[in-house]
Amino acid sequence: MSEQKKNSYPKPKLVPVPSTNIIPDRDVDKRPILECRHLGIDFGGLTAVDDFNMAIGRTEIAGLIGPNGAGKTTVFNLLTKVYQPTRGTVMIDGRDTAGKNTVQVSHMGVARTFQNIRLFGNLSVEDNVKIGLHNQMRYGALTGILRLPGYWKEEKVAHERALELLSIFDMQDMANHQAGSLPYGAQRRLEIVRALATNPSLLLLDEPAAGMNPSETAELMNNIRKIRDTFQIAIMLIEHDMNLVMGVCEGICVLNFGRIIAKGAPDDIQANPAVIEAYLGKQKEA
Amino acid sequence: MNKLKMSKTNRVNFATYGMVILAYIVLQVMGNAGMLSSTMKGQLVPICAYVAMALSLNLTVGVLGELSLGHAGFMSVGAFAGAVAAAALPIPSDGQRLAAAMVIGAIAAAVMGTLVGIPVLRLNGDYLAIVTLAFGQIIKSIVENLYIGMDTQGLRFSFLENRIVFKDGGRMILNAAMGVNGIQKISTFTAGFILIMLILIVIFNLVGSRAGRAIMALRDNRIAAESVGVPVTKYKLMAFVISAAMAGAAGTLFALGQNTITANKFDFNTSILILVFVVLGGQGNMWGSILAAAFLTILPETPAMRGLADYRMLIYAVILILVMLATNNPTVQDFINANFRKKKKKEGAAK
Repeated sequence: MSEQKKNSYPKPKLVPVPSTNIIPDRDVDKRPILECRHLGIDFGGLTAVDDFNMAIGRTEIAGLIGPNGAGKTTVFNLLTKVYQPTRGTVMIDGRDTAGKNTVQVSHMGVARTFQNIRLFGNLSVEDNVKIGLHNQMRYGALTGILRLPGYWKEEKVAHERALELLSIFDMQDMANHQAGSLPYGAQRRLEIVRALATNPSLLLLDEPAAGMNPSETAELMNNIRKIRDTFQIAIMLIEHDMNLVMGVCEGICVLNFGRIIAKGAPDDIQANPAVIEAYLGKQKEA
Repeated sequence: MNKLKMSKTNRVNFATYGMVILAYIVLQVMGNAGMLSSTMKGQLVPICAYVAMALSLNLTVGVLGELSLGHAGFMSVGAFAGAVAAAALPIPSDGQRLAAAMVIGAIAAAVMGTLVGIPVLRLNGDYLAIVTLAFGQIIKSIVENLYIGMDTQGLRFSFLENRIVFKDGGRMILNAAMGVNGIQKISTFTAGFILIMLILIVIFNLVGSRAGRAIMALRDNRIAAESVGVPVTKYKLMAFVISAAMAGAAGTLFALGQNTITANKFDFNTSILILVFVVLGGQGNMWGSILAAAFLTILPETPAMRGLADYRMLIYAVILILVMLATNNPTVQDFINANFRKKKKKEGAAK
């Protein structure tokens, strides 16, 4: 399964040039994995997100930052069709997602984690990952109930694949623990593993470092890069930890009151007066 | 490590199988040795039927995480479909006729489950409980107005009033509110045992497979399950229909162990009774359901409790409230957890 995965994408040369959040240099001649055009949503009279334009390269690590309530998670919910947008278009790998639902968008290659962790708490760690592998397994319910050969064959593959994915975060020893009883940081990592199990081409991480200590965050940064390099996928993350965002993201998009106020490389963002006023300045005072 | 855990889940499953097999053997031996009272012997088939009902509802409540308040409706569909089939089928062997009737009962209930499930399972929240509650009543009303007879030309149906004109040799099978009379009792304890074992195998194997994981993922977190691409309606419907089919087979087993069945037997009280079994036994806990169903079916029949028969529903309600209070009380929870773990460790050590 991992071979399949690696072969399914052409391997671009990883150029260490930061993206301008339009498209990183190495991905510039390829179709962007995600394109949002004039995306917007209203809740009643409240415009939560408006005129959101963004493109992400096939192997880019992009950041989405902004003060609390800026609409970051709403953007994720729009991308994964938890909310249907009021305006605008979301294209995944050049395909329009209009009229699609969450499940269909997942089949198109978008996986996500959640700000408030949403694991299958009563199930084991391994089963959580196996549910991520659900759509890569083919056998039906009857094969499962009758325990036909297809069941044993695919379950064996799934078991090995699950442990392989868990080993990204050194969690293979926890495979049998109940997911709900894991420590907070491990739960966040498990959510990432589960999302990766769906074989995505775009991974959305909603505050992956929340509640983690600095050493865990540093490890997470390495792992985000490792995931991108191994799986050759695009990653978009929402994060309040500026060390992580500035350290790992190639392109950053800053939201405030539902509108993009700046886009660019980490250095540009840090120097941008509008961003400092809206976000970083506030951060320094605190 | 992994093998340890696998064997832990398997251990519970095999212990449950073992418990059922052991109970069957013990009761068979006692029955043959004449140690069972005739009341007790007469209760064996209903006990099996109620155990099967509890397991079936536990699939909906415990594994799928949806509340069904009309499970007796599916039992009713299975009971009457099975009773009619048993009366109409020209199969000489009792065992084969029972098996065929149970299959027909299960299919009939599964069809009803699909009809109820398709619109309702798309909704979130308590709608399934409301609709299944109504479904139970609707089935009762339908059966109370349905006439089914049979003559040389096959089955004859009539609704609301009896307009069936028989050719020679015709007879009524289902006579509306009078129910089905003069049923040939072909259900046996062994058939009940086999049904329970089959249901257990289906539930355990389903839960341990891809589809079962998807169903439990929906129970634990629907939004997350959708985000990894698990189709919600498909798996909800699958679990619900399987559960309905099991209830149908259990209904047939029950019906063919009685002289007479009427639609009254499968009313709201019965639905709640089965829910009490599941809640008492623990949601998702199959051996708990078996014990609770068996125990609460025998209890009112014991001489000591017979005087309290009129207060049966009251007692169940009180038990249910106490269980809910107790399981939500942190002190009690800790106590149970502590004891439960100790017990498990001992079990592990013993093995």
